Amino acid sequence: MKRSIQPVAAGLLVAAAGAFGFTAGWASDPPVQKIRMVKVSSKRYEFIPAQLTLKKGETVDIELSTEDIVMGFSAPELKLRATMVPGQVSHLRLTPQEVGRFDFLCDVFCGAGHEDMNGAITVVE
Amino acid sequence: MQKKMDRRQFIKLTGYGGGVVFASGLAGFGTPAFAARKKPPAAAEDFYFVQLSDTHWGFSNPAVNPDFEGTLKKAIAEVNALATPPDFIVFTGDLIQTTDDPAVRRQRMSEFRDIAAGLNVRNIRYLAGEHDAALDNGKAFREFFGETHYSFDHKGVHFIALDNVSDPTANLGEAQLAWLAADLAGRDREQQIVVLTHRPLFDLAPSWDWATPDGGKAVDLLLPFEYVTVFYGHIHQENHHMTGHIAHHSAQGLMWPLPAPLSVPKKGPIPWDSAAPYKGLGFREVKAGHEGTSLSELPVKA
Ligand SMILES: [Cu+2]
Ligand SMILES: [Fe+2]
Repeated sequence: MKRSIQPVAAGLLVAAAGAFGFTAGWASDPPVQKIRMVKVSSKRYEFIPAQLTLKKGETVDIELSTEDIVMGFSAPELKLRATMVPGQVSHLRLTPQEVGRFDFLCDVFCGAGHEDMNGAITVVE
Repeated sequence: MQKKMDRRQFIKLTGYGGGVVFASGLAGFGTPAFAARKKPPAAAEDFYFVQLSDTHWGFSNPAVNPDFEGTLKKAIAEVNALATPPDFIVFTGDLIQTTDDPAVRRQRMSEFRDIAAGLNVRNIRYLAGEHDAALDNGKAFREFFGETHYSFDHKGVHFIALDNVSDPTANLGEAQLAWLAADLAGRDREQQIVVLTHRPLFDLAPSWDWATPDGGKAVDLLLPFEYVTVFYGHIHQENHHMTGHIAHHSAQGLMWPLPAPLSVPKKGPIPWDSAAPYKGLGFREVKAGHEGTSLSELPVKA
């Protein structure tokens, strides 16, 4: 990728804009940094959706919520975790650096179906 | 008995700077085949105890285990039939299958306690698993089985039971870590220490929930001690791992076996094999004493 020749912040911006098919020419009007939002809600005993597909290098904001009780969202290999509290939303920002499958799971024991409450983030080129 | 014994696997985790030595097919305790480089000096008397784990009483899916009512009782009969009775027996958690209904939880615990009363050995130590304790912070467990973390001494060996399940996030927590630090304070660094817990204290497979987020803090507190061995459950299979000189051994379960860490895309019970019933289910003998710790794995017999 050409990002190595860009300053870090600009590189991120280009990557984010590129994902939306925008041109990266900010000479005239500086682009608003648009970060794609991905919503994940949860309830006993599932994440909705349970499968996320993200692009390598694309910064996303994962908005997490729970419909019933306290849940945890944890993707250990991506070092991402948040607690989801009813009535609140939490956010995790992520710019995946590697393609592959990264499992996530509920890490707050939430009841009889807790152990089946999981999903995966698939990162593609 | 003798015939059974040579099918056992013996494992010697020296932890005396010697790493892990696996030895299988040996004939019995006291076999001089595994040479410890340095013997722990403190324990005076040899003894053994039995570890049972993940009995999940109340589980009732016959596709996973058609003998869901009988497996625990079979294991107890096999423990009772051991030629020499163990000094004590420890259950390392997930005594019952979790339930959202507090009344059913207590019903299962009461049944479990009645079945465990069939053990001839009356010195029994209980630990909780998340199935027992995570939905009510250990309240029902304490009603039936007592405290969720504690320590005791047996024939010169110091035993420490740690609770990484009452907190639904599976942390030991600062209060328990402070208790552990106080329990270890001033102790002889050469005393043998056996830690009993439910979940691995190290990151075995965090994406399968096979970890304790702050388990490393307990390991750090234990590191200054020369002879530390950890026995745990949770993963329904044997696993042997060293963090520095500290050995960690998980035990087989008594309801369903699970696949090796991260070996399949989705964690789930290994299906019952009618050609090899009870495969992957069993319990463990742990010998302790002046030679250190050695293990013997016993299958539930078909
Ligand atoms: Cu468990
Ligand atoms: Fe279990």
